[in-house]
Amino acid sequence: MAQYPESLRYTKEHEWARVSGNKATIGITAFAKDQLGDVVYLELPEVGASVTRGHPFGVVESTKAVSELFAPVSGKVTKVNKSLVDAPEGINDDPHEKGWMIEIEMSSPADANELLSAKQYEELLAAEH
Amino acid sequence: MYEAHLAAGARIVEFAGFDMPVQYKGLLEEHAAVRERVGIFDVSHMGEVTVDGAKALDAAQHLVTNDLSKCADGQAQYSALCNDKGGVIDDIIVYRHSPEKLFICVNASGREKDFDWMKGHSQGAKVEQHSDDWAQIAIQGPQAPALVESLCKPGVIDLAYYHFRPNVTVAGVPGCVVARTGYTGEDGFEVFVPPDGARQLWDTLVAKGATPCGLGARDSLRLEVAYRLYGNDMDEEHSPLEAGLGWIVKLDKPTGFLGADALKRQKAEGLKRKLVGFKLTGKGIARHGYPVVKDGQRVGEVTSGTMSPVLKEPIGLAYVPTGLSKIGTAFDVEIRGKPVPAQVVKTPFVEKIK
Repeated sequence: MAQYPESLRYTKEHEWARVSGNKATIGITAFAKDQLGDVVYLELPEVGASVTRGHPFGVVESTKAVSELFAPVSGKVTKVNKSLVDAPEGINDDPHEKGWMIEIEMSSPADANELLSAKQYEELLAAEH
Repeated sequence: MYEAHLAAGARIVEFAGFDMPVQYKGLLEEHAAVRERVGIFDVSHMGEVTVDGAKALDAAQHLVTNDLSKCADGQAQYSALCNDKGGVIDDIIVYRHSPEKLFICVNASGREKDFDWMKGHSQGAKVEQHSDDWAQIAIQGPQAPALVESLCKPGVIDLAYYHFRPNVTVAGVPGCVVARTGYTGEDGFEVFVPPDGARQLWDTLVAKGATPCGLGARDSLRLEVAYRLYGNDMDEEHSPLEAGLGWIVKLDKPTGFLGADALKRQKAEGLKRKLVGFKLTGKGIARHGYPVVKDGQRVGEVTSGTMSPVLKEPIGLAYVPTGLSKIGTAFDVEIRGKPVPAQVVKTPFVEKIK
């Protein structure tokens, strides 16, 4: 279970956030990737778009399934991983690093405190599956 | 077999009442294994019905759209069963052992339905349900022929496409029927095997290096070569002519067949809609059930769609009005409420080897 870095925070919807000051970088977890199967398509917002905690900010599609991506925090999109949009298989290879999707400037950085720790996320996975 | 699939890391889903392996290591890897090497599929959910007796050929001719008089003994023929309206009850493969002995492979969803239909129109032939008497393993890919040949007594490498041999011992399992058929566009075989020998055959194939493949790869492989999937691309509401299967509909067959009158009428009046292959020229993936839109009006529906693993482009099949069916015609596919541009293209999307 060491595959969930302690430096990241997690959501019940299987996104992760790397928080640094008022910025949060967002992706999906290894568990989400395994559930989806091979990711082949990714739709992300533009830089400058607003995202709301708990609301969809994009779509990821695997060979068989379509899944919405839910924002772990609210704020404005400051960076988008364009190379991942062009080659979404990066998520399959390395969901927690190369698979980063967007960076959000948090409107309310306290949101991040609500996210799960690696240990809590692993407990959630253990309880659910 | 269930244990064998779990041992190979399968993720299991329910399909047509069967617990089926949808994927093992990953769809893309499995897909590539079949296009480049050899993959194996447990397709034991498929059903088998036999038509036997002195009147077997006549009865079968009356049931199927294709012409079995053009199918030699030892040959197989892709065909369809149609209802009185010309709608497709199922697409099937008829294996002609002799005019008195026909073996029919049907889809999982057709096990009971097709059997009941055939039994109800048997015209004195003996129609029997054998779906639980056979497991089926498909071995597909450029290395499939050599692999299968190495396991078969007698050999099968001489079999031409859509020919078969009964009573073959495969990997030590006697009584198999080996056919040079498949649903991937690659060379390969489909082996009907007695259920108690299926595990031995499967394990032997895995030990010889074949890649276990799930339903997911089966679907993306067949869609790349535009093979139709019953229930998605055709059903009782769509005719084989509309589904682009006119080549298996022999309207001038002297014996006639069930549904022929409706299909003749449909042909004479002109088809109102057709199944076409398309590529999205915009971004996204079209999926089964997504609307086809032209000038803001809903005019059709996507029946199958995926991101082609070989082309790395979004491909699909859709029913559209005949006026929009020409190659190069543009329309939109509505994806999550947004129109995404698409274009009718020639099929197959990926060149077939077989």
